[in-house]
Amino acid sequence: MSPSPPAGPIRVLIAKPGLDGHDRGAKVVARALRDAGMEVIYAGLRQTPEEIVESALEEDVNLIGLSILSGAHMALFPRVLALLKQKRASRIRVFAGGIIPDEDARRLKRMGIRAIFGPGSSLEEIVATARKLAGPSHS
Amino acid sequence: MSRRPVPPLPPVARRVLRGDRQALAQLITQVENRDPAALPSVRALYPHSGHATVVGVTGPLGVGKSSLLNLLLAHLRVQGKRVGIVAVDPSSPFSGGSILGDRIRLERPPGDDGVFIRSMAARGHSGGVALATRETVRLLDAFGMDVILVETVGSGQADVEIREVASTSVVVVVPHLGDEIQSLKAGLFEIADVFCVNKSDLPGADSAARYLTEMTQLVPEKGAWRPVVVLTSTTIPSGVSDLWDAVLRHEAFLDANGSRRVRARRQLTDEILGLVRERVDARLTSVLAQEPDLQALLDRVVAREIDPYSAADRLLAEVRREP
Ligand SMILES: Nc1nc2c(ncn2[C@@H]2O[C@H](COP(=O)(O)OP(=O)(O)OP(=O)(O)O)[C@@H](O)[C@H]2O)c(=O)[nH]1
Ligand SMILES: [Mg+2]
Repeated sequence: MSPSPPAGPIRVLIAKPGLDGHDRGAKVVARALRDAGMEVIYAGLRQTPEEIVESALEEDVNLIGLSILSGAHMALFPRVLALLKQKRASRIRVFAGGIIPDEDARRLKRMGIRAIFGPGSSLEEIVATARKLAGPSHS
Repeated sequence: MSRRPVPPLPPVARRVLRGDRQALAQLITQVENRDPAALPSVRALYPHSGHATVVGVTGPLGVGKSSLLNLLLAHLRVQGKRVGIVAVDPSSPFSGGSILGDRIRLERPPGDDGVFIRSMAARGHSGGVALATRETVRLLDAFGMDVILVETVGSGQADVEIREVASTSVVVVVPHLGDEIQSLKAGLFEIADVFCVNKSDLPGADSAARYLTEMTQLVPEKGAWRPVVVLTSTTIPSGVSDLWDAVLRHEAFLDANGSRRVRARRQLTDEILGLVRERVDARLTSVLAQEPDLQALLDRVVAREIDPYSAADRLLAEVRREP
């Protein structure tokens, strides 16, 4: 065993839970993360929390990025966190983007969503945060 | 050679054999990262592999490979087969990152643990099949998957590597072949055990199939496998059971004439030689890094005091020395 295992690229699952129908924002973020050297598993639209967590575990990602516009975040995000916990996979960190009111954002952060990006966020900011969340073993 | 006692299974290997999906997923990551920590488990799991049918599905961008995998997956799950999927996509040559989007097409009932899907970036290895693909397939095999489907993007040139992993290679094309014909001739044609003309709901499918069938008639040797051509559509689902039957026919052919063993031995030879080359290479790199007289040696070659062959002999002697 090497003392510090060689870390590969950061792996991120990008998914869109809920029923809203377009994923332009999620795709833009996916591309930015790719351009920053990350491996982005794009799971697509209308994913249930169960599907998201199942994919994240199979893909052994470091991060899950959830994108949502439909307003169902207070139901769906905590469910993702709960499932991760149930699977003993809370090492996987979750961030989110979309239209989320400040009050909800505060509550979600308390529940364990690590970062929340509103419509005005810059891609640089998202990439930097993703890097930081993935931890020091990834460059 | 005397048989050595079997060492106890490393904990991770034991977890994989017990069906622990997270242990499998994490071991695959280590393999992808070429983390030496994976080796004990990888080695211990090798004897547990060798049971799965490994099918490569390759073809140009966007021809419907993942959509076909989705239908094959359903077809096989109905038969009770446990299915592993490895979907390989290219990495960006600029950033090294990638977007792996094949999962979008793959649906399955929630909680179905007879399926394991893994996306993989080629990480700069040419030929579509990443170095780690072979080992990942083997891990899925040891995990107990009956069928393993490997999707790779094939441009026709460098994708022969899929043959080093799969026992049957399916090449997917679409009706309006156009420019792809040339690349088919160049590369994909040689690797196809089965041709799948997908999007057969679009015009031109029949003539494409006819063209390919004619091409397969040109296969020279007697007794050689003649690629089967099937028509499929995933939008108006059809032909998927024909596709799987064609795969099984090829698998039966491999068994009937003994070529399965020949193929496996060739694959293993390539793999083992690759491992040896890699280690010799690594050793050479470290010798070069440590060789204080390398510049001096070069100077002597430049000055014609010694010839390049003698210089190579000297370096080789260093490589051979135990580190
Ligand atoms: N008309 C028609 N379209 C199809 C068929 N199969 C797939 N498609 C469409 O072709 C596009 C690509 O499908 P995928 O299954 O993602 O193709 P792929 O070969 O896996 O793509 P890459 O992995 O990006 O190379 C999608 O828009 C599909 O809806 C088919 O049988 N008929
Ligand atoms: Mg695909």
